[in-house]
Amino acid sequence: MLEQVTEWFRNVFGAQSSSAVAKDRLRLVLLSDHLALAPDVIDALRRDLLDVISRYLEVDEAHSDVSFEHKEAGIAMLANIPILAMRPPEKIAESPADAQASAKSAGVDDDTGVLEAVHPNGRTDNYGRRPRRRRRRKSSGASQTAPAQ
Amino acid sequence: MEAQQTRAQQTEAHQTEAQQTQALARVPQAPAVGGEARSEPKTRGRSIVITSGKGGVGKTTTTANVGIALAARGARVVLVDADVGLRNLDLVLGLESRVRFHLLDVIEGTAPLDDALVRDKRVPTLWLLAAAQNREKDDVDTEAMCALIERLRERFDYVIVDSPAGIETGFKNAVAGADEAIVVCTPEVAAVRDVDRVVGLLGNRISVQLVVNRIRPALVRKGKMLSVEDVNSILRLPLLGVLGDAPDVIVATNRGEPVALDETAPIAAGYRAIAARIAGEDVAAPTADEPAGFFEKLGSLFGGRH
Repeated sequence: MLEQVTEWFRNVFGAQSSSAVAKDRLRLVLLSDHLALAPDVIDALRRDLLDVISRYLEVDEAHSDVSFEHKEAGIAMLANIPILAMRPPEKIAESPADAQASAKSAGVDDDTGVLEAVHPNGRTDNYGRRPRRRRRRKSSGASQTAPAQ
Repeated sequence: MEAQQTRAQQTEAHQTEAQQTQALARVPQAPAVGGEARSEPKTRGRSIVITSGKGGVGKTTTTANVGIALAARGARVVLVDADVGLRNLDLVLGLESRVRFHLLDVIEGTAPLDDALVRDKRVPTLWLLAAAQNREKDDVDTEAMCALIERLRERFDYVIVDSPAGIETGFKNAVAGADEAIVVCTPEVAAVRDVDRVVGLLGNRISVQLVVNRIRPALVRKGKMLSVEDVNSILRLPLLGVLGDAPDVIVATNRGEPVALDETAPIAAGYRAIAARIAGEDVAAPTADEPAGFFEKLGSLFGGRH
């Protein structure tokens, strides 16, 4: 009885049940496991990121790096991409709506050029398997890199 | 990172090797059987490995009981204990006193297969091939293991391999000859993580199904235990069965009488349901409510006796 009452209080005051804590911890640790096990996926992601960013900015590919870090709330993807120059506006992506959407989601920090996005606690289904690349535009930028298939 | 990569490569290499072995093992049969093969096609049994990564989640108990439930349906079943060095399946089945030869004897040719197969006392279509107790997992040759599983598949409807814990040699040998896998997971974080890893290692060649073992519905309702949905929202595998944490299992193991044979034990119905699903019967899909239902009954039963 006492146990039920304390349980009720705990639930009312928003404390997580231990099973919910277990589930959250599992989600995080598995995401991190999968990321660690999928170096080629991360490499493909890095190349795709660079592809997209190169549409707007001239970046230093050789010194760019994508990594994942445990943060309090989840796992954060950290992309460190040195920017060399701005691309002239007339050379930026063909569709304005497309460009706007991409610019919004990219969220590049103006001062540091560091792009940061917290990854949702989703599951990567198969490690080691590369996601299919969706190419939205024909290769024209200097920084286009062909995926090693 | 580098170590993980090498490990992944090793698994890959190992799997292709396994496939090749299987292919090789099949080739000589065709000409040997000759023209008769068409008029009387040789049936090839299913090879299923039961694995989990983590130890102590109930692999051996599941192997014994699912095997016995399948055999009780009339299927010819052989259970292979691949846990070389830590032989236990014979104990759970209560056949320990009748094991004379083991897996390695057969693989190495010191004993013929028929001498090593132990027939169950209670269900005559159930057979056991025990593991060696005084040997090591590295002593098993993967190709020879595959060839043995292939031989067994010619004689039995189901070849069920009880895998050792871990993801090293023993696991790889246990998995090598299997087309299907049943992963056993308990509602614990460590077990779920290990199953996730094991499923990654099994790759796409083997079809995987999940058994959630040792669920305690009362704890799940209080939010103190991961539910079947919680576990499978993370693993996302086809759910083959849900089993409760039944004291009957402990008693049955003490006696060496698999609980699946005990008509009065509620959990026996769970094993029978798993066997029926394996056999392709359209038994209602398992849900978390399934054990909750009979566990409440079980709880009140025990309550009544107090």
